[in-house]
Amino acid sequence: MTEMMPLVALVGNPNAGKSALFNALTGARQKIANYPGVTVERKSGRIALADGRPVELVDLPGAYSLSPDSLDEAVTRDVVLGKLEGHRRPDALIIVVDAGNLDNHLRFTLELVALGLPVVVALNMVDLAERDGLELDPAKLSSKLGVPVVQTVAVRKRGLDALVETLDAQLKIPPVAASPIAERKALTARAHSIAKAVIVKETATRQWTRTLDNILLHPFAGPLILFGLLFVMFQSVFAWSEAPIGWIETGIAALSDGIAATLPTGFFRSLLIEGVLAGVGSVIVFLPQILILFLFILILEATGYMTRAAFVMDRMMASVGLSGHSFIPLLSSFACAIPGIMATRTIMDQKDRLTTILIAPLMTCSARLPVYTVIIGAFIPARAIGPGIGLQGTVLFALYMAGIVGAMVAALFLRRTVAKGSNSSFLIEMPRYQLPLIRDIALGLWQRAWVFLRRAGTIIFASTILLWVLLSFPKVPIGSEMTQSEYSVAGRIASGLAVVTEPIGFNDKIALALIPAMAAREVAVSALATAYSVDAGDEDATAMALGDRLAGQWSLATALAFLAWFVFAPQCISTIAVAKRETNGWKWPIFMVTYLFALAYIAAGITYWTARSFGL
Amino acid sequence: MGGVQLDQLPLNQFAIVRTIDWSAFPDSEGHRLRSLGLEEGVGIEALHMGILLWKDPIAVRVGRMTIALRRKVAAAIICEFAA
Repeated sequence: MTEMMPLVALVGNPNAGKSALFNALTGARQKIANYPGVTVERKSGRIALADGRPVELVDLPGAYSLSPDSLDEAVTRDVVLGKLEGHRRPDALIIVVDAGNLDNHLRFTLELVALGLPVVVALNMVDLAERDGLELDPAKLSSKLGVPVVQTVAVRKRGLDALVETLDAQLKIPPVAASPIAERKALTARAHSIAKAVIVKETATRQWTRTLDNILLHPFAGPLILFGLLFVMFQSVFAWSEAPIGWIETGIAALSDGIAATLPTGFFRSLLIEGVLAGVGSVIVFLPQILILFLFILILEATGYMTRAAFVMDRMMASVGLSGHSFIPLLSSFACAIPGIMATRTIMDQKDRLTTILIAPLMTCSARLPVYTVIIGAFIPARAIGPGIGLQGTVLFALYMAGIVGAMVAALFLRRTVAKGSNSSFLIEMPRYQLPLIRDIALGLWQRAWVFLRRAGTIIFASTILLWVLLSFPKVPIGSEMTQSEYSVAGRIASGLAVVTEPIGFNDKIALALIPAMAAREVAVSALATAYSVDAGDEDATAMALGDRLAGQWSLATALAFLAWFVFAPQCISTIAVAKRETNGWKWPIFMVTYLFALAYIAAGITYWTARSFGL
Repeated sequence: MGGVQLDQLPLNQFAIVRTIDWSAFPDSEGHRLRSLGLEEGVGIEALHMGILLWKDPIAVRVGRMTIALRRKVAAAIICEFAA
C-alpha cells in the first residue's frame, strides 16, 4: 500500500528569506508549475526526513496576512485553508519569520498558528539580526506562540537539520480545530508584545542598509547610479557574450561539417543542415546574452536593490500616470514579458495594472536580442565612439530607449483614454540589503536557461522544420528564373504579403520570416537563416554566417526599418496568451496586438523613408 | 498638542504615529498600509525624502522595516515626537 507523501508548505511574509530556505532545503531538484486554475507559479521539491521518508515541500507566495491584497496572497490563503480547488491542504506548515522584523512578521504567524495545523516556526536570518545588534530568546518565542521554534540561517544552511527533525515530530501530531482569529488590532498588539518579550537585548550598531540607502536613495546620486547601472548592464550583454557566442558558433559549424561529411546528399542531410542546424543554431547562440541579462536582474532582486530602483523611478513613472510598482514588472519584461506581465499582480490599482500589462511588450525582451544582434552585427560597424563605448552597444542602447520612450508615450495616452482612473499609488517594503548567494543565483539562471532551451527545442525547432518544408517544396524547375524560396509554397504566401510590407522596405524573405516569428520573435532569425540557406544551395554559402549574408542583400534602410519594426511588434503568442489570462478575456489582448502592430508598421515606415531620403 | 504630518517630519527623529485619516485614500491603500505595519501607535522615523526636485516618494522606518510611500499619503498620517 502506498501512503500519500506528506505535503508541507513554506509560508511567511515577503522578504523573510523564504525562497532561500526553500532552495537550501530542496537543492536544485525543484519542480516549477502553476497552481490549478491560476497563473501563480508553484515551486515544489522533495526533502527527506531522518529515516529517509520523503516529504513534498511547496513554497507558497509571500503574504502579509490571510486577508489578501493580491492574487498571489489569495493563493497562499486558499492553500493553507484547503480552499484551493485541485490542491490538497498541507499536512503541516513551516512558518518563516525574519528574526530582525518580529514586530511585523509575528502578526501573520499568529494568524497561521490559529489555523490548528501542525507548524514549525523557522526563526530565519538570525545572523543578520545579530549583526543589527539584536539578541533574541527563541525558547521564549516558542512558549509564547505554543509551537516549536528553530533558529535558521538559510543562506548558510544553518539549523536545517534541526528544522527537519522538528518537522518530523510535528507531522506525527494530528491537526487540531482552528481557533477563532483575533481581531486585527488585537493581533497587532499581541505581535508587538511578544516581539518585545523575545528581544533580550538591543544594542545600537552601524546599520549597513541605512548607510547604503543614504547613497543609493540620494535625491541626485540615486538616479545617476541607477542609470549608470542600467547602461553597464546593457553594455555587458554585448561585451561579455562575444567569446561564448564564438564557441557555440564553432560548435555548430563543426556539427554541420560532420553531418555533411557522413550523410549522403539528400533530403535528410538538407533538412538537418539547412533546417535544424541553421534554424535552431541561430537561436541557441543567444543563450549567453540572455543569461547575462538575467544574471543582472537576479542579482538586483537578490540584493534588495530592485525596490530601491522602484523608489528612484516612482516620480518619473508618475508623470506618465504610473508608479514605481510598474518599474519592477517592466524591468523583468526586459528579460521576458511573460514573467513581467505576471509580476503586475503586485500593482494594487487595476487601471495601473492594465496599463502596465499593455505596455510591457514594448520593453525589449531577450527574444528580441537575437534579432537586434544579427542586424546590428551585419550593418553597424564595430568601432569605438568613445573610451569603452562601442557604436554597436550604443545602437542597442538606443533601441532599448526607443522601446522605453514608446512605452511611456503609450502609457500617457492609455491612462487618459482606455485606462482612465484614479491617481496611481506607491507603497512598498524595502528589504535589508543582502549579499546574494551564488548558489541561488546559479539556480535561477539554470531555470531560465532551461526554459529558453526548451523553447528552442520545441516551438523554435518545430516552426523551423515546418518553414524549411514549406520553403523546399515544390522544387524550382531547372533553368527557371526564380529562386527556390520564391518558387516554394512559402514564397508564394510571402509574395502576397509583400504587397503590404513593401512600402516599409521589407522584401518577400522578410515578410516570410515575420509569419513564423509570431510564435516567438527569435524565430525571425532562424527563419531568415533557413530562407537564405535554402537558396544558397551549396555548402560554402550555407556555412556563411547569416549576418554576412544579410549585409550583402539588404539596404541599410531596410535593416533599420526591420529593427524599428521589432521595437514595437507584438510577435509572441505566449505573451498574448498571458495577457488574455491576466485580463480575463480577449478584449485587452486584441487591443494590445492591434495598437502594437499599428505602431510597428508606422515606425518601420518612418524609419525606412527617412533613411532612404538620406540615401542609405 | 499639535502633531506633525509624516511628510513634514524632520529626518532621523523618532516619532509615534498618533492618528491616520483613513478616509484620505482608497480602502486598498489603507489595507496595504496596515499590512506593512503602519497604524496608530507605532514608532516611526523619516529616512529619505524623495528623488531629484520632487522630494517624492519618501522612505520611513516603521518598527524594524523600511517602507516607501508617496508624500500625499504621508500627509494623512499625523505623528507626535516621542517623549
